[in-house]
Amino acid sequence: MTTQRSFKRVKIIDKTVGYILLILLALFFLFPLIYMITTSLNSDERDIVSKMGSIEAFIPTEVSLKNYFGDPNAEDPNLTTNKGVTGRMNFGRFMFNSVFIVTCTVLGGLLINSMLAFGLARFNFKGRVFFVSLIVALMIIPFEAIAIPLLWLVNSLGWMDSYQVQIIPFMANPFYIFLFYQFFIQFPKALEEAALIDGAGWFKIYWKVALPLSKPIMSSVAILHFLMQWGFFLWPLMVTRGEEFRPLPVAMQQFFGQYPRDWGDIMAFTSMMTIPVLILFIILQGQFVNSAKSSGIK
Amino acid sequence: MVTALVKKRRKALFVFILPGLILLTIFIILPFFMSFGLSFTNQRILSRIPTKFIGLRNYERLFRDDLFFTGLKNNMVFALIVVPLQTMLALGMAMVVNKNLKGVKIFRTAYFMPTVTTMVVVSVVWSFMYNPQGIINNFMQSITFGQWETIDFLKNSKWAFPSIMLMSIWQGAGFQMLIFLAGLQEIPKMLYEAAIIDGANKWKQFLHITLPQLRNTTAFVLISTTILSLKLFDQIKVMTNGGPSNSTYTVILHLYNSGFTKQKVGYASAMTVVFFLIVLAISILQRSVLKEQREV
Repeated sequence: MTTQRSFKRVKIIDKTVGYILLILLALFFLFPLIYMITTSLNSDERDIVSKMGSIEAFIPTEVSLKNYFGDPNAEDPNLTTNKGVTGRMNFGRFMFNSVFIVTCTVLGGLLINSMLAFGLARFNFKGRVFFVSLIVALMIIPFEAIAIPLLWLVNSLGWMDSYQVQIIPFMANPFYIFLFYQFFIQFPKALEEAALIDGAGWFKIYWKVALPLSKPIMSSVAILHFLMQWGFFLWPLMVTRGEEFRPLPVAMQQFFGQYPRDWGDIMAFTSMMTIPVLILFIILQGQFVNSAKSSGIK
Repeated sequence: MVTALVKKRRKALFVFILPGLILLTIFIILPFFMSFGLSFTNQRILSRIPTKFIGLRNYERLFRDDLFFTGLKNNMVFALIVVPLQTMLALGMAMVVNKNLKGVKIFRTAYFMPTVTTMVVVSVVWSFMYNPQGIINNFMQSITFGQWETIDFLKNSKWAFPSIMLMSIWQGAGFQMLIFLAGLQEIPKMLYEAAIIDGANKWKQFLHITLPQLRNTTAFVLISTTILSLKLFDQIKVMTNGGPSNSTYTVILHLYNSGFTKQKVGYASAMTVVFFLIVLAISILQRSVLKEQREV
C-alpha cells in the first residue's frame, strides 16, 4: 500500500517538474519572438526606448500598425518616423524577390533532384554505383567551400545582379537527391514492370506512380530547401548590388545598418519577414518535424 | 523489338539524370576543382593585372596571416563551447518533450520556432535585447539587486562572442531536439522495463540505456554542429562584423572579406581549400565513428 502511494506521489512530482521545465523552456524560446512582435506594434519610438529594458515592453501603450505601413494621419506623413517600413523602402519588391527566388528554386529543385534520383534508383546501368557514390561525396562539400570560385564563375558568365544567379546554382542539391534516392530505391521492381507491360513510358511511371507515392519525402525536401533559401544571406550579399534583385535578408541587414535606428520599424520589418513563415510552420508542423528528422540520416 | 525498348530506356535514363548532372557539374564540381586551381594563381575578380601562376605563395601568405588564425581560433572556441552546451540542452529538451504529458506537442512546436526563424532576423532581435538599456541588462540588474553594471554586450570585446554563442544556442537547439527525439523514440521500451525490474533508478537508466542507445544520434549531432560552427557567418556579419578588436572574427568572414570585399580570388581560394580540408577531416571522423558502431 505505502509503496503504491509513494509511487503515485513520485509520479505527481515527476509531472509537476516536467511542466515547470516545459514552461521555463517555452519562455526562453518564445520570449525574443514575442518581444519582436510587441515592439513592432508600438508606434511610439520614445516609448519603445524608454521601456525596452522592462517587462512593460510587452505592453505597447498604443497598439497600431504604423511601424508597418506608416501613419497617413500624422502631422507630417513624410517625416521618416511616420512613414513606416513600406513607406521608407520598397519592401514589396524585396518580398517579391524572396518569394520568387525561393519558389523557383524549390519547384525546380524538386523536379531536377527527384528525376536524377529516379534515374539512379530505377535504372540499371554501368557506372550507377559510381554516380551514387559521387552524390554521397558531394554532400560533404559545404557551400562556403565553393562560394568564392562560384562567385568568380558567375561573374565571368555576366550573371551578377540577377535572379538566375540566386536560383540556378541552388536547384540541384546532392543531399536532396540522396533523400529521394533512398526513397525510390525501396519501391518493388514489380512497380514499373507492370506499368511497362501496360505500355506506359518511363515518364508516365515517374510522374503518375513514383511522384504521387513520394509525397512525404517531397514535402520534407521542399521544407528544408525553402528554409535554406529563404534565410540565405552570404550569397545574395555578394551577388546583388542594387535593390532590384535584393532578397529580404540582405535588405534587412542594410536597413539594420542605417542610423539612427528606429527599433519600431526594424521590428516591423523582421515581423513581416517572420510571421508568414511561422504561420506556415504551425499549419504544416508535422511535415516540418519529419523534414528535421530526415536531415538526421545524413 | 527488344533493341527498340533498350534504346527507349537509354534515352529515358539520359533525360532523367542529365539536367541534375549538368547543374551539379557546373555549380558544385567545377567550382570545387577551380578552388584548387585558383589557389595557385593571383586571380582577382576585376583586374588589369594578367592572371599568373604563383605556386604556393597564397598558402605561404595564408599561414602567416594573423587574421586567418584569429578566425580559426574563434571558430574553435565557438565549437568547444557551443557544441557541448547546445547538445546537452537539446538532449534534455528531447527527454522532457518525450514524457507522456498532456499538451507536450505545443511545447515542442514552441521550441522549434527559433529554428524556422531566419538567422538575420534572429541577429537583429537579439541585438535589440543586448542593447545597454535592453532587457538582458535589466534582467541581470534585477536578479543581482542592482549589483550588475550595464554592459554594451556587442561592443565589449569580452562579451560580444559569448553573447553571439548564447543566441546561436537559442536558435539551433530546437532542431537538434527533434533529432534526439527521433532517436529516443527508437529505443525499445523493453529495455527500460527490464531495468525497472532490476531496480535501476532514473539516473542509472539514463546512464546505461538512454546514452548508449543514443550513441549514433549523439555522434551525428556533435559532428554536424561542429561543422556548423566552422561556417559561422550570418550572425557575425549582422551583429559585430568581426569586432570589437576582432574578438568575433571568423574564417568565413575572412573568406568574405578577402574573396569578395578585396576581390582576392586566388588568396581566398587557398583559404577555401584549407577550410574544406578541415571539414573533410571532421566528416571522415564522423563516418568512422558511425561505422565502428555499426560493426559492433
